[in-house]
Amino acid sequence: MPGPMKIRATVHDGYTDIRVLMNHPMETGQRKVDGKPVPAHFIQNVTVKVNGKTVVEGQISQAISRNPVFSFRVKGGNKGDKIHIGWTDNKGESNQTETAVA
Amino acid sequence: MDEGRRFVLRGAGATSALAAALAAGLLRPERVLAATWNKAAFAAKDPADALKSIGASDAVDSSDVMLDLPEIAENGAVVPIEVSSKVPGTTSIAVLIEKNPFPLAGQFTFMEGALPYVKLNVKVGQSSRIRVVAEAGGKHYSTAKEVKVTIGGCGG
Repeated sequence: MPGPMKIRATVHDGYTDIRVLMNHPMETGQRKVDGKPVPAHFIQNVTVKVNGKTVVEGQISQAISRNPVFSFRVKGGNKGDKIHIGWTDNKGESNQTETAVA
Repeated sequence: MDEGRRFVLRGAGATSALAAALAAGLLRPERVLAATWNKAAFAAKDPADALKSIGASDAVDSSDVMLDLPEIAENGAVVPIEVSSKVPGTTSIAVLIEKNPFPLAGQFTFMEGALPYVKLNVKVGQSSRIRVVAEAGGKHYSTAKEVKVTIGGCGG
């Protein structure tokens, strides 16, 4: 079950910093509980959009830590710009969130 | 019987033609990228194979590719790393943890004013070299650093 995401975007000198936290188990498929392997379950695609334009496309693997945290940077930017981040995992689950640059 | 065999062969031929087209870069990746995941690269068990799968076998060492990570990571399950590239026109950055079962941890493509920068937490199974590969103008630039892990990251 995808949990809620947290997102924060702030204007810095010359760039906008976008930080995001995703709630996700990021199971590697290598782990075993009581001798039984836990099936892999991890985010594969991450997309960052600013005012509707895609700025970062990420493909990631099970090697990203549980409850992934990312920081991205975009040149310039203004308060109020809309930041949208979405992800999709290997089971087809997805989640997305949106915020305005503070 | 014979017809079935023809069908299988035709199917196989079409698939490999598509794979070849992709490999040759004939299909523009932008549209495809949104929903795809480079399975071959992420399934590669050897860093060299992973590099090959992302088309970065030609990567040359460059000090313009920056990688910031702790020298010693107490907990391999969460190793914070920060990567960026000063190479002009950088369009993507890939992160490989060479000794992980599947070395490629992620690849990020930057466009529309995004700076070639990303900060993230990765799992590192055992002490390993972490390699970052930046792509700019069809060429690949890379840098690598060692991280020592005291508790492995594959348990969770």
